[in-house]
Amino acid sequence: MLCDDCHRNEACIHFTQISPEGKIDKNLCEACAARYQNFVPPADARNFTVNDFLKGLFGKTPEEKEDKTGGGQVCPNCGMTYRDFAHTGKIGCSVCYDTFRAQLAPLLKRIHGSSTHSGKIPRRSGGVLVVRHEIALLKEQLAEAVQGEAYEKAAEYRDKIRALEKQIAEEEKGGEAHGRA
Amino acid sequence: MAVRDLYRDYRLPWFGGEGEASDVVLASRVRLARNFARLPFPNRADRQQLAEAQNRAASVFSRIEKTTGQEFDAVGMDALTQMEREVLEEKQLISKNLTQEPAYRSAFISNDRKCSVLVNEDDHLRIHCMAAGLDLRTPLDAAFRVDDVVEETQDVAFDEKMGYLTSCPTNLGTGLRATVLLHLPGLVYTRNINNIINISQQLGLSVRGLYGEGSETVGNIFAVSNQLTLGFTEQAIIENLMNAATQIIDNERRARKALSMTSKERLEDAVWRSYGVLKYARSLGESEVLELISKVRLGLDLGLLHEATAERFSELLIASRPSYLKNLAGNDNLSQTEIDRKRAAVVREILAGGAPEQEKSP
Repeated sequence: MLCDDCHRNEACIHFTQISPEGKIDKNLCEACAARYQNFVPPADARNFTVNDFLKGLFGKTPEEKEDKTGGGQVCPNCGMTYRDFAHTGKIGCSVCYDTFRAQLAPLLKRIHGSSTHSGKIPRRSGGVLVVRHEIALLKEQLAEAVQGEAYEKAAEYRDKIRALEKQIAEEEKGGEAHGRA
Repeated sequence: MAVRDLYRDYRLPWFGGEGEASDVVLASRVRLARNFARLPFPNRADRQQLAEAQNRAASVFSRIEKTTGQEFDAVGMDALTQMEREVLEEKQLISKNLTQEPAYRSAFISNDRKCSVLVNEDDHLRIHCMAAGLDLRTPLDAAFRVDDVVEETQDVAFDEKMGYLTSCPTNLGTGLRATVLLHLPGLVYTRNINNIINISQQLGLSVRGLYGEGSETVGNIFAVSNQLTLGFTEQAIIENLMNAATQIIDNERRARKALSMTSKERLEDAVWRSYGVLKYARSLGESEVLELISKVRLGLDLGLLHEATAERFSELLIASRPSYLKNLAGNDNLSQTEIDRKRAAVVREILAGGAPEQEKSP
């Protein structure tokens, strides 16, 4: 008799598993039986992904409300509906984050807390953001300097921050003058 | 370097042997997730849009080659055999997700094998950079260089508050996942590994075994990664991970010292027995070989054995994986027994310092 699991080696162990789902009888070879020793892994435990988890979270947010308003919002860019999220646990496109901002907010809060991005910024399309990022960094350094009573350093940081803030104000003014949104 | 070597070569310059704390750390890896603005993410894209993402990626690569000074092999997943895809996966140059639907999926792999960019995996671009030993700064800089070139010509999906936008909301922000691969036989044999795993999780890090199914890990190699991607700078994320890794390394070294003090004879015997089996066995199982390699590597790091180099053992880790062996034999239908025999033969050859297999093939 060949092993029920690998169908290669001779079966030498009879294995019975009783679980809420019922009783399973198997004839196994030594190698396959060894895997059952610390039983019992649920089926496909390893295939449970973070997206499966998110599906659950998506599913529990305001779906009923949508049904009343007739099927809910659709992303104008990729055609994703909120229900699609609940189905796949994945976002459709970059515009979805705008389209479903309100619905996604509680979910994102659960994953990331109330954090906002403080890392790298695309240099070309980032524009003013890059400067704002720099200001945020300087403010951190300023707070540290004040705490360490290094007031000369702190004054230096403060002046730099002021200069950058001025730069932003001018750029925004300039942008408007050129008709930029 | 010919593309074919990708599947037959068992050397990876970033995997084991060299670098900072290389007695414990095999490699450091950084991944950045990036998407093109407005173009639907791969899970939502139709064929045309997937092709569009591929074209955009291909269009920036000549510039990336110029900036990084590295040539890249463009590897279309649909042009590979299942075995070849699995070999790349075993070498951690691509991910399983990239191979599941091969059409319109591709990877750009640098000639030094330290950088691979996956196109149309979960996100349009996944930039992976690797380095030997404990060193996340070098791969982060390398990944940033690639990312900067992409940004020069392509609009990248980005939001002021949420940072880089990704297909899975858990990667939002920096899109950064930094990983350190650690060999922790000391902590495993002294039964301290679960403490380390629990503490790491409290620090927002994930720890998982590199080899083995489910919760059962084989070979004592663990991957430690950051979990949070939003709200921290990339530098803060890698600093945090490096600090945690340094703590784990200290603990591992202490555990090894304790082992060699309290049970030196037994350890020495186990190390030499393992070496003997690797060197002479005619059949080696997949898990068996990983356990043996781990023990010999431990013996090597503790100076109990001087018969081989650390590099050899990293090579063995790659050359003893099932798909690598199947591909080497050119046969997808090898039985378990045949694979085990082939594995033993390859291991013997590498330990004997024999000529690498690919030089023999036409």
